[in-house]
Amino acid sequence: MMTSFLPLVAAVLFAIGAIGVLIRRNAIVILMCIELMLNAVNLTFAAYSYELRSMTGHIFIFFVMTVAAAEAAVGLGIVIAVFRKRHSADVDDVNLMRW
Amino acid sequence: MLDFLWLIPVLPFAGFLACGLLGRRYLSKKAVSWIACGTVLLAFLLSVAAILALGDLASIAPTRGMDVDPAAARVTLNVASWILGGSAPGGARFAIPWGFTLDPLSAVMLLVVTGVGFLIHVYSVGYMSHEEGYWRYFAYLNLFMSMMLMLVLGSSFPVMFVGWEGVGLCSYLLIGFDYQRDSAANAGKKAFLVNRVGDMGFVLAMAWIFASVGRLDFAGVMSRVSELTPAVAAGIGLLLFVGACGKSAQIPLYVWLPDAMAGPTPVSALIHAATMVTAGVYMVCRCSALYLQGPEALRVIAAVGALTALLAATMALKQTDIKKVLAYSTVSQLGYMFLAAGVGAFTAAIFHLMTHAFFKALLFLGSGSVIHAMSGEQDLRKMGGLRRSLPVTFWTFLMGTLAIAGIPGFAGFFSKDEILAKAFEESPYLWGAGVVAAALTAFYMFRLVFLCFFGDSRAGAGHHPHQSPRVMTLPLMILAVLSVVGGWVGIPKSLTGGADLNVFEHYLSPVFAAPAAESEHGGSVGLEILLMLLALGVVVMAIAAARRFYVQRPEIPKRLAERFPTLGRLLENKYYVDEMYDLLVIRPYLASCRALHGFDARVVDGLVNGVRHFIVGLSYLSRFFDQYVVDGMVNAVAYLTRGLSLALRRMQTGMVQGYLTVFVLGIFLFVSLYLFWHR
Repeated sequence: MMTSFLPLVAAVLFAIGAIGVLIRRNAIVILMCIELMLNAVNLTFAAYSYELRSMTGHIFIFFVMTVAAAEAAVGLGIVIAVFRKRHSADVDDVNLMRW
Repeated sequence: MLDFLWLIPVLPFAGFLACGLLGRRYLSKKAVSWIACGTVLLAFLLSVAAILALGDLASIAPTRGMDVDPAAARVTLNVASWILGGSAPGGARFAIPWGFTLDPLSAVMLLVVTGVGFLIHVYSVGYMSHEEGYWRYFAYLNLFMSMMLMLVLGSSFPVMFVGWEGVGLCSYLLIGFDYQRDSAANAGKKAFLVNRVGDMGFVLAMAWIFASVGRLDFAGVMSRVSELTPAVAAGIGLLLFVGACGKSAQIPLYVWLPDAMAGPTPVSALIHAATMVTAGVYMVCRCSALYLQGPEALRVIAAVGALTALLAATMALKQTDIKKVLAYSTVSQLGYMFLAAGVGAFTAAIFHLMTHAFFKALLFLGSGSVIHAMSGEQDLRKMGGLRRSLPVTFWTFLMGTLAIAGIPGFAGFFSKDEILAKAFEESPYLWGAGVVAAALTAFYMFRLVFLCFFGDSRAGAGHHPHQSPRVMTLPLMILAVLSVVGGWVGIPKSLTGGADLNVFEHYLSPVFAAPAAESEHGGSVGLEILLMLLALGVVVMAIAAARRFYVQRPEIPKRLAERFPTLGRLLENKYYVDEMYDLLVIRPYLASCRALHGFDARVVDGLVNGVRHFIVGLSYLSRFFDQYVVDGMVNAVAYLTRGLSLALRRMQTGMVQGYLTVFVLGIFLFVSLYLFWHR
């Protein structure tokens, strides 16, 4: 009953995250938007896990959180490395890998 | 001793192997001389022992492989099997072993070959002492001895043929011994090729004998010749005679012998005077039974022999090369032997063969001694007066000359006289030809002696002829003695007042039984002596003429030459026979070779080249196909890929958010599509 609106909230959160990733230029903000998207997914898992009385969703949440943590660590590392070289965290400036 | 018969040809062969294989590097000249002469001497001693044993056949206990026939005084020793075949036309199993036969005929040849051969070997030690290829010379000489003994001892046609070809090979090798000289090499080739013509006759005769008798061993064939028709026997005989013509230098195949004088002089003495060239006579005598079955062949042999004796003697008249005179003399004397064989006097033929071997070897060795003394000069016009500086050579040479001229008491007299007597029984014309040839022989031989040893030296200043060393003069002396006494074994009845002293004829009688009996009731003693005196008178006149021409009045020959220029030129050019062969055989042959070469070069090569051009053209075409079509396709793919990638790489902007946008849009698209299709 209470959970029926949770997928909707998760979808909204996901959409906000995705749009943030697509339109924001700052790498840290993009990382934060990615976190938002991941957590939107986590919310979905948690909602359905509760609804279906299953632990599978919870276990997935842990996996996702682990991956997210690793991803954030690597992502921030890259951002710091880029910033040291360019004095900027703008992803549009990091376009060396092209034709 | 007869068990060791096979050693006689094998010993010189061992000498050949030793000298030939080791002579160049490991043996000194001295060692080579000892080996070469030693093996021949051993062969000679063995021959003597074997012949002595042959005289007492009854006491011989035949051992394995030995076949004794006391009636024919013949011993055959089969050493090893050679050719084994199935059943022959005659029925029995066909087999040709390596067999050696000793009978009185081969005994005489054996003694002549090994005896004279040994003397010539010894002589060669002195004559060849300064030569480069000393070991090679003695190796060839030993091989020759071995092959000649095989020829003589061979118990069948094929074994004889092995020796026959072997001596031909050695003749070729030794004529061309001085192979750097073109003339020597060519003379060797000529001898070899002319002999091949004769050998073809020999091979064909062997085939015919095999086809009609089914055997090839002499004893077997000769015991069965009576089964042959006279025509077949004559045909086989003529083919054999073709072989004999080649080997023994008879018309028309004599042309190689004068050229063979390009070889070293001892070789001329051994091979081209004493032994090899008499192989034809020996072979004809060996097949006497066959010839008596087909007397037509004998008539041809007598005619050819008489003609050769006569023509070769005239050719010798104007030769200026000392060895060429002797060469034509040899051809002429061989003609004599064939004349004897042709009239059925095989004993006389072999008798003359033996005495001729003595005195002609002596003459050749004497001429070698002269040439040696003159430092290689062979031209009679540049000699003269050598009597004083070369006494030994002169006296021995004179012995030989008297012997060949047929002066009574010397060897040639008895043998020549026997031939003339037998020829007269057959036909006076043959006798006439023989007497004329004898007179010519006496004339040209004394011409040679007078030009060479008498008068004044024509050698020019600074020429000091020196007597040859002992090793050369000793064989000369021995041969001179043999040239005198060699004829005493065959003194005819007419001279002994009826006492039978003709040892030689008796010795050979087991071999030639038939003709000997026939001649018993021949001409009377008086007629024989008359003929003898006639021939002698002609010969003495010829000698006197030679003395007048070349000692007393040297201008006569020149005047005669001016009176009869055509005849002179004809004789000088040996009747243009070589030129005729050149025109009739060599030129057409070379022309046909050239024509065939032209055919080869144009048509055959043209075809090959045509194919080549065709294939090269095709490859050009296929190259274009490869280059433009195959490569074009490959390149087209490459260009296409390149163009596409040029266009597509624009997508790779490096803008992460651009990629993400496309990514999201793609997901939207595919999810929408999925939802659309799976409703």
